[in-house]
Amino acid sequence: MAVQKICVVVVSGSRERLQMAAMAASVAAVSGIEVTIFLSMNAVPYFIKGAADDAPSEGSFGDLLVKKKAPDFKTLFRQAVELGDAKILPCSMALDIAGIETDTLEPFVGEPTGLAAFLTAAADAQVWTF
Amino acid sequence: MLSYTGCHCGASAVAFKAKLGGATMAEKKIIDGRGSFCPGPLMELIGVLKMSQIGDELEVLSNDKGSAKDIPEWAHKVGHEHVGTREEGGVWHITVKKTK
Repeated sequence: MAVQKICVVVVSGSRERLQMAAMAASVAAVSGIEVTIFLSMNAVPYFIKGAADDAPSEGSFGDLLVKKKAPDFKTLFRQAVELGDAKILPCSMALDIAGIETDTLEPFVGEPTGLAAFLTAAADAQVWTF
Repeated sequence: MLSYTGCHCGASAVAFKAKLGGATMAEKKIIDGRGSFCPGPLMELIGVLKMSQIGDELEVLSNDKGSAKDIPEWAHKVGHEHVGTREEGGVWHITVKKTK
């Protein structure tokens, strides 16, 4: 049976992981799958308005993504929302610890969400972690 | 009449009216996704598709092999018609018809 609901947990701040998460989330979202993206830890700062998307590479492939001008991960996450109705939910704990205010986040990012609410959303979904 | 429309990724899309079968005037649009990598051309197609009418045909130009396989797969999955794919000089022309 095809997966109809996916939760993508993004905690890494590395270019390769952010890129793979954004690719999987955006293509799933525009393919009729309900997608919820939960942002926490090192992934969160990239979603502050105006933040650069030049995440550090884990290896040589991350540098190739830049050199070859692959679609940047922030654009893909935004398209997941705009074209596929995905939800991007920032972790409330991560925002609190980092001192990030909700109104400083990109407009395509949704409301801060705690783990209890996320676990409810993920209860009947596949969960992919990056 | 020739007109240009933008899309979310900044790729150029050329739209022109042409009879694509039947009595209604459908549009044929060309989306230039050359230079972009998967899933860029697919997302560019979807951005234009959302603004199109049922019956419109969208031809994506891409030099990304992955997109040449992935776009027809996506069209099949979501219920649009993959009209055809051809390759000319390293550029794939992938045509999808909006059906719903």
